[in-house]
Amino acid sequence: MTSLPKTPPPKRLGLVIDLDTCVGCHACVVNCKEWNTGGYPAPLSDLTPYGAGQTGAWLNRVHSFEAHYPDTEDTAAESNADNSRTVHFPKSCLHCEDAHCVTVCPTGASYKRVEDGIVLVQEDLCIGCGLCAWACPYGAREMDPVGGVMKKCTLCIDRIYNEEIEEAQRQPACVNTCPAKARHFGDLADPASEVSQLVAKRGGVDLMPEMGYRPTNKYLPPRPRRNSYDGGTGPKAPLPTAEAGGGFLAWVDRLLSD
Amino acid sequence: MASQTAPGPTMRTGSRPIETSRPVGDEVKYTTCYMCACRCGIKVHLKGGAIRYIEGNPDHPVNKGVLCAKGSAGIMQHYSPARLTKPLRRVGERGSGEFEEIEWEEALRTATLWLSGIRNDDPRKLAFFTGRDQSQALTGWWASQFGTPNYAAHGGFCSVNMASAGLYTIGGSFWEFGQPDWDRTRYFMMFGVAEDHDSNPIKTGLAKVKANGAKFVSVNPIKTGYSAIADEWVGLRPGTDGLFIFALIHELLRAGKVDVDYLIRYSNAPYLVIQDPDAADDGLFARDEEGRILCHDRASNALKPSDDPSLKPSLKGHVTLPDGRGAVPAFELLARRYLDERYSPDQVAAQVGIPAARIRRLAAELAHAAFEEEIVIDQPWVDWKGQKHDKMIGRPVSMHAMRGISAHSNGFHTCRAIHLLQVLLGAIDCPGGFRYKPPFPRPTPPGPKPAGKTGEVQSNTTLPGAPLGFPTGPEDLLVEADGSPRRIDKAFSWENPLSNHGLMHMVITNAWRGDPYPIDTLFMYMANMAWNSAMNTAETIKMLTDKDETGAYKIPHFIYSDAYYSETVPYADLVLPDTTYLERWDCISVLDRPICEPEGPADSIRQPVVAPDRDVRPFQEVLLDLGARLGLPGMTNEDGSPKYPGGYPDYLVNHQRKPGVGSLMGWRGAEGTETGKGEPNPYQLQKYIENQCFWQDHLAPDQLYFKHSNKNYLDYAAKMGFIDRPEPIVMQLYSETLQRFRLAAQGHGDHQPPEAHRDRVARNFDPLPLWYAPFEDDHNDETEFPLHAVTQRPMAMYHSWGSQNAWLRQIHGSNHLYISEKLARAQGIINDDWVWVISRHNRIKCQVRVMTGLNSQTIWTWNAIGKRRGAWNLDAEAGEATKGFLLNHLIDDLLPAREGGYRYSCSDPVTGQASWYDLRVRIEKADPEEAQTAAPQFPVLKKPQGIGRSPALLRYGAAFQEKTGDGGKGGTS
Repeated sequence: MTSLPKTPPPKRLGLVIDLDTCVGCHACVVNCKEWNTGGYPAPLSDLTPYGAGQTGAWLNRVHSFEAHYPDTEDTAAESNADNSRTVHFPKSCLHCEDAHCVTVCPTGASYKRVEDGIVLVQEDLCIGCGLCAWACPYGAREMDPVGGVMKKCTLCIDRIYNEEIEEAQRQPACVNTCPAKARHFGDLADPASEVSQLVAKRGGVDLMPEMGYRPTNKYLPPRPRRNSYDGGTGPKAPLPTAEAGGGFLAWVDRLLSD
Repeated sequence: MASQTAPGPTMRTGSRPIETSRPVGDEVKYTTCYMCACRCGIKVHLKGGAIRYIEGNPDHPVNKGVLCAKGSAGIMQHYSPARLTKPLRRVGERGSGEFEEIEWEEALRTATLWLSGIRNDDPRKLAFFTGRDQSQALTGWWASQFGTPNYAAHGGFCSVNMASAGLYTIGGSFWEFGQPDWDRTRYFMMFGVAEDHDSNPIKTGLAKVKANGAKFVSVNPIKTGYSAIADEWVGLRPGTDGLFIFALIHELLRAGKVDVDYLIRYSNAPYLVIQDPDAADDGLFARDEEGRILCHDRASNALKPSDDPSLKPSLKGHVTLPDGRGAVPAFELLARRYLDERYSPDQVAAQVGIPAARIRRLAAELAHAAFEEEIVIDQPWVDWKGQKHDKMIGRPVSMHAMRGISAHSNGFHTCRAIHLLQVLLGAIDCPGGFRYKPPFPRPTPPGPKPAGKTGEVQSNTTLPGAPLGFPTGPEDLLVEADGSPRRIDKAFSWENPLSNHGLMHMVITNAWRGDPYPIDTLFMYMANMAWNSAMNTAETIKMLTDKDETGAYKIPHFIYSDAYYSETVPYADLVLPDTTYLERWDCISVLDRPICEPEGPADSIRQPVVAPDRDVRPFQEVLLDLGARLGLPGMTNEDGSPKYPGGYPDYLVNHQRKPGVGSLMGWRGAEGTETGKGEPNPYQLQKYIENQCFWQDHLAPDQLYFKHSNKNYLDYAAKMGFIDRPEPIVMQLYSETLQRFRLAAQGHGDHQPPEAHRDRVARNFDPLPLWYAPFEDDHNDETEFPLHAVTQRPMAMYHSWGSQNAWLRQIHGSNHLYISEKLARAQGIINDDWVWVISRHNRIKCQVRVMTGLNSQTIWTWNAIGKRRGAWNLDAEAGEATKGFLLNHLIDDLLPAREGGYRYSCSDPVTGQASWYDLRVRIEKADPEEAQTAAPQFPVLKKPQGIGRSPALLRYGAAFQEKTGDGGKGGTS
């Protein structure tokens, strides 16, 4: 078994993911794969990459689904369609404070860094037993299908501290590449950090908090949908007709004669 | 509850040394992405000569550092096992996949032999069509140098409806020629699937819209992609967008919520339209003796030319012209049409599938955003008349539309309707509205007429102009004296007069039929015509393999260039293997499809980032080589030597279209100090490379808006060569061009359509936007084929190219047919059931997913995931082939026969845009006994020589973490 840091790390580095603007484009997923297959956890293998049953190790995935409403009568199907929500949900390691993936590790391969709370796998110690993946309630760890060792999000540890990379780009690859600006990186232990502020402002939430793993990553819920009749700003009624007499063209004429 | 586990036997704490500052690679090269049409700037990191990492270039005007899934998977595209490796000559039957490898010299000699014979005999017998080509400035020029009018790229089946409607109406268009003012808009309305063009800027823009608290409305029968994050989803019935827009316009007119001042300043709303039924100029604008268009001046109650600075025009009222005839302002015609009760929300609601009250609310919201949330920027500017304005006033409503409008046979008019709505709101090129990207706006329409008239196509002679252009009247059509088409695709004929991008989708059909004439050689580039780029795929394959009574192929020669082993390669007689996008020079030119931004013009290049490891050549190099071998004047010196011995980069720098005008705008002039126009600069490409492979200019603050009327901008545009003269661009709400064609169809003028086409032209060339049901609706019984079938674009895939990509095919490895809950219940279908989808033309079998966020009369699937067995070097059992499917098989490329037996193409009657979203179908549950495989299936394509076995596993990047190694290529087996 492996210990978590005895005292909480001074920093809690993590991601804040905005479900209001994520369009499910998979940019983060593929850029993560691209960086990391040649980076710290290299390689992220792919099995039968050009055949049936293609599979591979990924550190980040997007799950797309519909929020389902209770089954209704046929006549209400159109309204169901209007009320449903298509959700794109990116998911990677949440770098939990109480990371059971670490504590179940029999070899010490999985560990949580004392410096910044990042959960990592030291591959030369990993025996590929898969206990950590069983322990993770989020399904965030993936076994490399070729190497037989566990892979997981490193928060791009070889980018965020990398002095060879321009400072502005010292971010996880998924954050840099996100076209919809739905991903943010920072220290969630620091209430003044941009990510903490964002979480406070937008009501960021933990994923499955009832499980008690205390994830570091946060999700920003979708903003309320705007419909001016239902409380949004804007008009509350249909447009009134321009002129009672003479019609629109008469109105235009009068407008121009002013 | 989780709790801290007690320390165990292998207790290790969490502080371990990690190398966190490892250099990314040993070299960085900038270039331009080609994983889709977005053309983002990329920064490619190399290590040991292999590609370590591709990221978005933070300084690039298009993507500003971000990169999508496709761009991030560029490594796998570059190292794809489906890459062609050497020129191939077919030795078996077409489609057999039996080729022999030949040397380039032999390949080029063969092509030259075929092509020189054609050029000597009749240049029209070469049909040169170039697919998803990003070098159309070169390929179009090459065609005109060769002397054939039979040239186009893929615009005819992509988005010509959007381009043409925009260019003939507002002098710009969605995507490449304009974009929403993402930073300032308060209300953004998006029509149809838009995930495949301008992909990164739209995503970034949507994030801004939402962060700014503006409203995002998505009008799309299907709630995926961008629609998923919309504030409001309008799931209307496919093909009815035009009616929906007219109802919005009806509401705005009824309420007087239009920007009258804007209409007078910037549109042709006040122009007087002659009202003289049966006259040859009925419906054209009234003009004075000098040809100036007339308006009625309110102040003087007299007629004045439209460009008279003192004009205060009327927008309504019957006027008597000096010749005694009547005329009314175009606006009156417009207002009367859309105020008609048939366009009221109540009247259209059932057909559109959106309740009338909701349409009324959306109209009220548009009006509110435009007029109650007006934006004022304290920025003085001067209009074309010289009048100074203290402020820039914006109506912050913006719109975007693409495929869902484009791919219908009513798409041209529907797109014009959207532009009409924008102009009525005063929301074009104002703060918060839709903004032009230089070199647009251009005159409506821009540019020259298409070349290729009788007498212009001659043996061994160049065309006097470009094969593609912008007709403004019947006299500009490319037709014979009897009105029959002169081009193989029937572009610019009475069947599709404004087919500005050609009709690539009709080339193979027409060539096979010999209609209007047989050809000798089909020469194509990057177009998967034997698969997802053709409607009626199976028939297209038959046409490519069909023989005449002598045993010769009906299409005698087929030369094809592609980088990969697509479904089309096996049908070619001669295969010219292209490089990947990371191995080539390219140019994103303002002469072609620029990457400009509203804040200023821009262009960019590709440079070779790695050298090819195969015997392949960039297609553009090959074209220039062929041109020199054929002795084409533009590519040959007087002594017969090649004009561009340095190949494509030589051409990019030294070719001048007009004096001082070349492929690239930056660093021109012998010293590299000139911009826009200037002599060639031998160090130009070096300057681009130093500037991360792009160039951009920045407009001054007073030039940023109202470009269509902004003196300082128009002067700049003229100086840069974007427009010929610094004159205002007037928005053509009422299209005189369309009326000219209608008049011809009504029996006026020297150029009239053949009798058989008269009604169709008269009906569809309405000078004001109109709506008619998609053509397939006319030919399909609502009961027999009650459903609309369309595709959506997965954001992680681009057309057919993605499936060979080891990473992207893990995201979209097969596709399902999505049907609504209502339909599923009605037919007793559940998830993963197999169904037959049946059209009047064909049937396919596929697997179902039930979806909630979907218009109940619509079914859909992801575009171009289905693959043919054996293509792209995928295993024959790959999911793309066994479960993946195309809707293309269901689409007939011709409409059913009309009276007299003639069959029109399945295209928009104005522009020739392929109407593949018109498809009508029904579904039937498949017998469970039937094999659980998608249908139809085709014989497995045999791999040609040079295409090796695809690896059984990939460990890409393993070597990058080792001290020595073979770069990233290590670890595959």
